[in-house]
Amino acid sequence: MPSTLFKKVIPESNEYERTPVPAKSLKSSSSFLGMYAGEHTAGTEFVIGPLFVAHGVAAGDLILGLLIGNLLAVLSWGLITAPIATQKRLTLYYQLERIVGKRLVAGYNLVNALMFCFLAGSMIAVSATAVGIPFGLEMPTLTDWVPRTSGWVITVILMGSVITLVAIQGYSYVARFANLMAPWMILIFVGAGFIGLSQLGVNSWESLISISNEVIWTGIPLEGMSKFTIWHIIFFAWFCNMAMHIGMSDLTILRYARSWKYGFLSFAGMYIGHFFAWIASGILYAVFLQANASSSAFAPGEIAYQTVGIAGAVCVIVAGWTTANPTIYRAGLALQGIFPKTATWKITAIVGGITSLAACFPALVMKLLDFVALYGLLLMPMGAVIFADFYFAKRFGFQSEQALNNKSHFSVPAFLAWTLTLLICLGLNLVYGIDIFFLGLPGWFIAVFLFVSLSRIYYSSSKSSLA
Amino acid sequence: MKLLLKLGSLIGLLLTMIPPILVFLGEIDLDTTKLLMTIGMIVWFSTAPFWINKETDVG
Repeated sequence: MPSTLFKKVIPESNEYERTPVPAKSLKSSSSFLGMYAGEHTAGTEFVIGPLFVAHGVAAGDLILGLLIGNLLAVLSWGLITAPIATQKRLTLYYQLERIVGKRLVAGYNLVNALMFCFLAGSMIAVSATAVGIPFGLEMPTLTDWVPRTSGWVITVILMGSVITLVAIQGYSYVARFANLMAPWMILIFVGAGFIGLSQLGVNSWESLISISNEVIWTGIPLEGMSKFTIWHIIFFAWFCNMAMHIGMSDLTILRYARSWKYGFLSFAGMYIGHFFAWIASGILYAVFLQANASSSAFAPGEIAYQTVGIAGAVCVIVAGWTTANPTIYRAGLALQGIFPKTATWKITAIVGGITSLAACFPALVMKLLDFVALYGLLLMPMGAVIFADFYFAKRFGFQSEQALNNKSHFSVPAFLAWTLTLLICLGLNLVYGIDIFFLGLPGWFIAVFLFVSLSRIYYSSSKSSLA
Repeated sequence: MKLLLKLGSLIGLLLTMIPPILVFLGEIDLDTTKLLMTIGMIVWFSTAPFWINKETDVG
């Protein structure tokens, strides 16, 4: 999920945008450790853990699935993203531009910006579930797609406006606030787990096992929710950050790493945020369900407030906010790439407006798992293109960095690899009913295959050497 | 002064971390836990801003 300690690794000024990061600017392993731990313990964690409970995951499936899925994610960062990042030391956007051309990067940026807007929107909605508590706001339910009350819309728009105004003032202040949040928030998650377990009556190892299986992760989905198996957990944990690892977004961050091995430091984020925090927030939701058996409300703010009190509600507000803000900032950056002459504040205001509007729809929170999977899937093929260009150009006889070498603004092989992969994935989903969580893996191989095959046709290195 | 602020921050984090363990062990009740965690939050947020980002900026 989006970086809260992004600024710690990436300097505020846009240095080295089109040149490799020099040795003097490389960062230590502790910077990356802190960044990954903070980045993946964020507002989204308050939603994902409870949604696993709602989808009826069994306790054993959850633990084993998270252990395996997170390990695969760490390996993806360490073995796929980091080696390319530390050899090229270029931003994702510039690396992509050299391969696919400026026009295709603009298309990529547009999709990226839209996805960031929706993600930030879901985080504003998460914050609103805590802000609304003192006002007795009617909370959305698991099956809500559209706003239930005008009060919800007003709260979300007000929150969105405040967050956008802060974003217009600059990213620096919020980044500093996010740094402040990280250690406290991690402890809130750990504490919430302990309090939740005590509320559920856990007082021994045996009771922990039985309550985990019979009360928290029962294996039975809530009404209207689909059933999740261990495979859902493995693939979700692996691919919820698909855009960052095999999608190569984190080239921009890992280009500052002294060694490619720093990619493995992502374990800090995976096993604190995507293991302990997801488990803890799942426990909180089980406590909420026990106390409010008749309620179908799904409101992370209320869930945290009930178990942890004021500290829990504040944690949800600020976690949502500090996740939404850098996401709005990143969406603005992506759009600025398309409209470089437009003032930054105008871009941020537009992004904030779209985000606030999107936040009114609770579907973004209730369907966060599907949205996160879709977001990664849409961007992943471009990561596969970078991977194929880096490893297979020489081996399969096509020009590497084809746009740069041919002074082209648009790479046909990359465009076709991107769109055909997504069409094939859509077909697999519609025709064979393959869940979106499972499409990333075949999709990546399809994108690599298409890009290599088409590049051999369009940019064969033997043709260019003859010419 | 900086040492005192860091000490305050540490107390804030301890007040966030220890009460949940105590309520789990049955040593204190839930309301006391929530109160102590709220105090911990206030202590953390009123001391940490004065040193945490300065160190981050250097790093």
